[in-house]
Amino acid sequence: MYRYDEFDQQLIDERVAEFRDQVRRRLSGELTEDEFKLLRLLNGVYLQLHAYMLRIAIPYGTLSSEQLRMLAHVARRYDKNYGHFTTRQNIQFNWIKLEEIPDTIADLAGAHLHAMQTSGNSIRNITTDHWAGVAPDEIEDPRIWAEILRQWSTLHPEFTFLPRKFKIAITAAKHDRAAVKIHDIGLRLYRNGAGEVGFEVMVGGGLGRTPFVGKTIRPFLPKRDFLSYLEAILRVYNQFGRRDNIYKARIKILVHEIGAESFAKEVEAEWQSIKDGALALDPAVVEEIKSRFRYPVYESLVDEPAELKAALKAEPRFKAWFNNSVSRHKRPGYAIVTLSLKPAGAPPGDCTAEQMDAIADLADRYSGSEIRVGHDQNLVLPHVRQRDLAALWRALDAIGLATPNVGLVSDIIACPGLDYCALANARSIPVAQELTKRFRDLGLAADLGYLHINISGCINACGHHHVGDIGILGVEKNGEEYYQLSLGGRADEHAELGALLGPAMPYAEVADSVEDVVAAYLELRERPAELFAETVKRIGLEPFKERVYAAR
Amino acid sequence: MTSPLQQKLKVHGPVVITANRLGDGAVVYWTAAGAWTTDIAAAAVATASARAKQLLAAATADFVHAVDPYVAPVELSPDRRVLPGNLREQIRVSGPTFSLPGA
Ligand code: SF4
Repeated sequence: MYRYDEFDQQLIDERVAEFRDQVRRRLSGELTEDEFKLLRLLNGVYLQLHAYMLRIAIPYGTLSSEQLRMLAHVARRYDKNYGHFTTRQNIQFNWIKLEEIPDTIADLAGAHLHAMQTSGNSIRNITTDHWAGVAPDEIEDPRIWAEILRQWSTLHPEFTFLPRKFKIAITAAKHDRAAVKIHDIGLRLYRNGAGEVGFEVMVGGGLGRTPFVGKTIRPFLPKRDFLSYLEAILRVYNQFGRRDNIYKARIKILVHEIGAESFAKEVEAEWQSIKDGALALDPAVVEEIKSRFRYPVYESLVDEPAELKAALKAEPRFKAWFNNSVSRHKRPGYAIVTLSLKPAGAPPGDCTAEQMDAIADLADRYSGSEIRVGHDQNLVLPHVRQRDLAALWRALDAIGLATPNVGLVSDIIACPGLDYCALANARSIPVAQELTKRFRDLGLAADLGYLHINISGCINACGHHHVGDIGILGVEKNGEEYYQLSLGGRADEHAELGALLGPAMPYAEVADSVEDVVAAYLELRERPAELFAETVKRIGLEPFKERVYAAR
Repeated sequence: MTSPLQQKLKVHGPVVITANRLGDGAVVYWTAAGAWTTDIAAAAVATASARAKQLLAAATADFVHAVDPYVAPVELSPDRRVLPGNLREQIRVSGPTFSLPGA
């Protein structure tokens, strides 16, 4: 966990008071909606189809049990008893009343939670690996760098009104769990041939109407230059990014239009003028931030203790869950546990107040009072003693949080879609619900292996459909919901955009078509270990196309 | 369906003016009496562009009670009841098309 200082708390408290006054002036008619909209978007408040929505930042996806209890309180007191975890490690509440938002954010501030940098044309909440600090394949905790960026960006006067929103993600592991290549800036912390640790800097990734995979503009950036170089990127973007056309305003369009090389040159020129100034990072400052991250006091334990072995032998359901949802930890005798928020038939990423409270209690008991939120809309308990796994599983199973489908076909990522979102063309959640029911056979899901379905209700791509193995995009045809399928996308270190399978299909045909695609994969894969994305790459779209469209 | 927030004003068939109530975001409709109601059955129905524009202008002028008014299609049942005209408006009237998790 990160311990905030008094300055942070003061900032949040001031923001609550300021927004309370702004809401008062809006409700009394002193402010028009146009004037107020800019202000509410600085505070995470959106208007959806049937209510306001409040999006709360969860910096680098780390929550304390106390914070999760506060979210449960907000769900109960101000909303309809649940919250929705998003693909950007945030949580949103869908039924908030504007009149009650000042009290809501005041309550949240008490647990050091806030809604800054979750909306508007700002540098958004920085995201990172939800296994940060505990993943065996990382070289250091990337949250330290995310926190440095948070402090730099939160009140940066130049970057409050950028041409468009700006998303940054960081990974420090071999396997990219933070989807850095589809962010405006993606950062990969690694050790180079000379043994130094620094960043690969990628820019211009992003999904939406014009999707791109990010391009590397600096293969190795020393840590000292981390902030000055990012400042240089933001300055070049702020200067050249288009403000005349909302569809062309993201940095990806600028990078695409002028080319990654010229973009890198512009950044380089800007950087030279500031790299040795106030933004050069003093290792002492980094150390100070690092020291604010607290880890549990780990016991000296051994892997695979007798309790675990016995439980694995005795309980086949526990074993299935263990094989799917438990991952190796940096420390011997510990484990990382993923809590699937995707039980069959439920809206992906939704969590009730009762579940939040129960998870907070379990985190206190088994995970150093800490919880993580992943971009896959699942939660993680990051520090579980292996000897406690069976007891934890029983407790999770009792509250519907032990579905062993993490990373599998029914672990669907979906945006809120037309059931909530004012911009939607089509519904996402009912499509996901239907698919999780069709693929509820966990034996089949395990046989299929890693296979992600991503669903977005419109071209804004909040459900990241471009990077799903199977992507589903809601479009509109003559006022009806239609859906396009794309295949072969992925968001990890081999990031790739999926290719469109063919003409859009009506709502009623989507689940059948996805089943056809999956059946074709089962027949056509070379060996059981060939991943879906690999099969698509090897044989192309044609065999899938035939299967889906021949029958219709 | 393309978001009505991005559409030009063309009226084919009956329409109403709808918005979200400022204080709580609830879905509201503009009445012939020049006020907002949460009951779609009480909404003023227009069948021609000129009338729709007129209603929209009046509704927009009241920015203290509602947010972002727009023209939404409705259907009239045989007994002249006003029903939402597409899925989006249906969802605005009845809520999400699945049961909510916290219920
Ligand atoms: S992808 Fe479209 S429909 Fe889905 S949440 Fe984003 S804006 Fe709304």
